[in-house]
Amino acid sequence: MMTYQQIRNILEDRSPASVEALAQQAAQLTRQQFGRAISLYGPIYLSNFCSSHCTYCGFNSHNKIQRLKMTPEQYRKEMQHIHGQGIRNIIMLTGESYKHTPLEYLKEAAGIASEYFQSIALEVHPMEIAEYKELFAAGVDGITVYQETYDRTRYAQVHLSGYKKDYDFRYGTAARAAEAGMRQVSLGILLGLSNVVEDVYALYQHLRELEKSFPGVDYGVSFPRLRPVKTENLAVCDVDDIQFVKIIALTRLLFPRVSISLSTREAPKLRDHLLEIAITRMSAGSNTSVGGYTLLEEKDQDPQFDIKDERSVDEIVQLLKSKNFDPVFTDWRHIENSL
Amino acid sequence: MTDSPLVIAGKSFSSRFLLGTGKFKNKQDLRDSIIASKSEIVTVALRRIDLERHEENILEYIPKHVTLLTNTSGARNAQEAVRIARLAKASGCGNWVKIEVINDSKYLLPDNQETIKATEILAAEGFIVLPYISPDLYAARALVKAGAATVMPLGSFIGSNLGLKTREFIQVLINEIDLPIIVDAGIGAPSQAAEAMEMGAAAVLANTAVATAQNPVALAHAFALAVEAGRLAYLSGLPLQQSLAKASSPLTGFLYDDVSAN
Amino acid sequence: MNITINGTPQQLSSEKNLTDIVASFCKQSRHVITELNGTIIHSDQWPQTKLQDGDALELVTFVGGG
Repeated sequence: MMTYQQIRNILEDRSPASVEALAQQAAQLTRQQFGRAISLYGPIYLSNFCSSHCTYCGFNSHNKIQRLKMTPEQYRKEMQHIHGQGIRNIIMLTGESYKHTPLEYLKEAAGIASEYFQSIALEVHPMEIAEYKELFAAGVDGITVYQETYDRTRYAQVHLSGYKKDYDFRYGTAARAAEAGMRQVSLGILLGLSNVVEDVYALYQHLRELEKSFPGVDYGVSFPRLRPVKTENLAVCDVDDIQFVKIIALTRLLFPRVSISLSTREAPKLRDHLLEIAITRMSAGSNTSVGGYTLLEEKDQDPQFDIKDERSVDEIVQLLKSKNFDPVFTDWRHIENSL
Repeated sequence: MTDSPLVIAGKSFSSRFLLGTGKFKNKQDLRDSIIASKSEIVTVALRRIDLERHEENILEYIPKHVTLLTNTSGARNAQEAVRIARLAKASGCGNWVKIEVINDSKYLLPDNQETIKATEILAAEGFIVLPYISPDLYAARALVKAGAATVMPLGSFIGSNLGLKTREFIQVLINEIDLPIIVDAGIGAPSQAAEAMEMGAAAVLANTAVATAQNPVALAHAFALAVEAGRLAYLSGLPLQQSLAKASSPLTGFLYDDVSAN
Repeated sequence: MNITINGTPQQLSSEKNLTDIVASFCKQSRHVITELNGTIIHSDQWPQTKLQDGDALELVTFVGGG
């Protein structure tokens, strides 16, 4: 593991030669570990009810948007649509609300999702081990939870109310999910929310801790960049493409086996280039609004974030094949989730 | 820059070089080598007393401040190792034990499984257990759980002087296991000991190299220096080695293509 | 009485205790460890320990080792 100073030196060196060298090393390592397989997945937003006020998020509890929570019939239709596109790995998202999207709601959704998808991840509110065990038994095999920022002061500044205010509970989520038997656990930081070098370093520490305690889990990381939601921009610093590429490449060097994903927040051109460097998972054909695939007209939709890459699943598959990548829809199919 | 002490089971040591006491030509060489090496932990073994010949007591030649680490050599399974450890403890000379279980006369490779079993039993009885194994991450994790005080992965075959043949696997243990990793077996030269320390090992144990050298005392001294040098190098933060990847086509030119990037 | 010491048959008079036996067979008693019929006998027990016919005694001490 590198020291803070070493990471800082690398991330602050913007010379083209050093960026290129880092990218080349990352690319080689990614090929060695993953070949040219790129895992494809799609998101479904089940509900945007949220009890937390996070200043940077389109769903935050103080934002006046139409609050929707899909019924099983509604999200089944959405899932059929996503399945029809070819997607077999799904991530189900909700706002953070124990009240509107409690455990039973999520378990039911997992059950229905199991009819269409081989791998089901959840990105919802942090829960207890017992709840994760029930979700695991219901068919969920992955948990995604971003700390957003590891800087406690900044964390408190941007998480003004609701359960998400609890930094420690959120921090411990990944470990609880792993202990409950989840096969995949994904972490992330929202780049731009706080000091980038400090957050990247803290993320690496968190990942190291988890790797040592739960070595059998597949870990993933994500680096969403703070993007404008409709009109506002809440970032304290700008993480430009150069630094973004460096962060991703460095992550690959330090964690050769970690899954690095890039969402449709990022522009097509950048996604395509990063594919050659270190990305191993991509979302495709995404919609980040509740009911956005089949229920609502575009003008009525309230996305969690604005999508830059609007290419369909077919277009992404074409792209991958043209670059000699191997689009993978299913890594494995569980027979029964048990410890 | 000063190093922090090596801490094993709560006991502090300023030397990170452990010396084995086997194979020395004579006991005076042994004593002088221990002193020259500055070792504070030495291994000894147990043997049936030869009733015909009256051997000198080896312990008379080991300085009083040195911690005795009894090696269970001769044990072919966990039960035999446990028996030897209990015998050693009965001497009143301490309860530090190096578990060495070998059922292989060709390569002298340790039996990781039996070592884990012996560790569980002896750690529960209050022994300070330093298990000797083939570097295997699962075995190391099991040893942590079993209550070992350190993990001692072999560098190469006992007595071979081949150095760190298992270096990549030792590095994995150093990275992933939160106990002192003491590289043991196969260390044939001070440079190899320095290398192990540069990798981040907590300490190094050598025996054959020193005992069979033409001038054991001088070599013992050299090992002491090498272990210190390697440790200091590690603490100073060695510059990262640039592995020069063969550039195919440039990957990041696009970042500088248009000024309006991002 | 007939006993074995370190695997070798020995004939001893039955009055001897372990302290005497160790003294007569070992150059010095310090750091000698005794195991009688598979059980370790601590040195403070030597005076009270008398051997019997058929006993197997192990006398062990430290030597150089890796």
